[in-house]
Amino acid sequence: MSPANPSPPARPKAAPIPTPETQPYWDGAAAGELRIQRCLDCGQAYFYPRPICPSCGSADVEWFTASGRATLYSYVINHRPAPGFEADAPYAIAVVQLAEGPRMMTSLVGVAATPEALELDMPLRVTFERRGELSLPVFTPAEAESEELQ
Amino acid sequence: MSNPGVIIAGAAETDELGRLPNISTLGLHIQAARNAVADAGLTMRDIDGIASVSAPGPVSVAHALGIYPDWVDGTGVGGTSFLLHVRHAAAAIRAGYAKTILITHGESGRSRVGAPPYRLDLSSPAGQFEAPYGTLGPTTTFTIPALRYMKEYGLTHEQLAYVPVAQRQWAAKNPRAMFRDIITVEDVLASRIVAYPFHLLECCLVTDGGGALIVTAADRAADFPKPPVHVLGTGEASETPMISQLVDFTESQAFRQAGRKAFAEAGITTADVNHLMIYDAFAHVPIYGLEALGFVGKGEAGAFIAEGNTEPGGVLPLNTNGGGLSYTHTGMYGMFAIQEGVRQIRGEAAAQVDGPEISVVLGNGGMFATAGVLVLGRHPR
Repeated sequence: MSPANPSPPARPKAAPIPTPETQPYWDGAAAGELRIQRCLDCGQAYFYPRPICPSCGSADVEWFTASGRATLYSYVINHRPAPGFEADAPYAIAVVQLAEGPRMMTSLVGVAATPEALELDMPLRVTFERRGELSLPVFTPAEAESEELQ
Repeated sequence: MSNPGVIIAGAAETDELGRLPNISTLGLHIQAARNAVADAGLTMRDIDGIASVSAPGPVSVAHALGIYPDWVDGTGVGGTSFLLHVRHAAAAIRAGYAKTILITHGESGRSRVGAPPYRLDLSSPAGQFEAPYGTLGPTTTFTIPALRYMKEYGLTHEQLAYVPVAQRQWAAKNPRAMFRDIITVEDVLASRIVAYPFHLLECCLVTDGGGALIVTAADRAADFPKPPVHVLGTGEASETPMISQLVDFTESQAFRQAGRKAFAEAGITTADVNHLMIYDAFAHVPIYGLEALGFVGKGEAGAFIAEGNTEPGGVLPLNTNGGGLSYTHTGMYGMFAIQEGVRQIRGEAAAQVDGPEISVVLGNGGMFATAGVLVLGRHPR
């Protein structure tokens, strides 16, 4: 890198912008809880937050706090970092299956981003990471002690 | 016939594909449109309907060309949009809304000349629930289902690597293909990892280019200089705006749904298909496509490709232009998949298959977000 052409200042990691329908999810994360929704008519739990059940179309839905338990459903190990992730690369971008059924994208923390360390269906549990003004749900191997991650 | 026939009467790509820093996005649309209109032996004054994707969109393209259309379609659902445009154009022609429809694609995917900046809305579902985890475009999202498929069905890294190896054999026969040197599984696995389990050679190109089509009624087939390509069946479907919400990571419901519609309308089965194009942004997509369309059973496509069935000399010629992995990929590749289907049916492809009667084109939009399928034929039903 030429000194006459310094690298631009690092951009921060993308921070989500809540909408009225998703605000309870982000409020839950700030309180250290993974809050998702379920249908009061058909009982289906679902993610991402929206004011209608995707299984039966009912608008009679409620928020509840999920167990935070999940398994690793699939992932990639990304070598071309998004802005703000330069120091993390290579890093895993994972999709986990919650114990309640729905799947969500997440980061994996407290575990190496290698194929050897990341075995599909391994048990995970939710933890939270600061992101801008918000708290972001991320997942870690269920065996790991939460104290080690703080 | 209760459902009057529709044909593709004109089809052409831009003069060049690849790195074109001297042509804007709109300029690529214009050049592709001129080439397709000329291919059909028409003038711009003959066009009374237009379909295109933003940006710049059908209004800008029509206006630039001096067309004031009676029918406009701006369906923009990613790289398969052009297959949906053909489907919608067929319906419009049958309804009498338009007679001669122009469908255009132009994209300065590599040089980004006259192209809008890519910006994800961080309040959208994907912005809130995927982008914060470090996604950066298709290499980080479209690729995520593959490991699940590999675990469920035993697809090996070598079989995945064979997909670009097979397609490069077609590209080697095509002077317009960007990459033409024969490669091996070892070459693919030795290329750098972009997003494990995907290596560079398992990811599509990024290029500049365009293409356009003229769709009209089959009863006009004798009016055009080129042999007609009959649109025998079409299908479309949408599944999810976020890869994390794909119904089943080992298959594309949208591919299957669109395929069933198109095959049923055409009255064909897989046994009738002589040539196949499957949108290949990444090496796993043809595997998902072969299974969704029913050419092989679930979990069998990796071995089917690795055994040579889809390469030159194989029973099912697949992605004979070289595909998005070797030919070109502007960002919305579907137009180029249709163009190759048209060339094969006309008998004018660079790597020509022996007299195909039926060519099927499967388009993908977004990250398994949407699908379109066209059944193209040399003869009417």
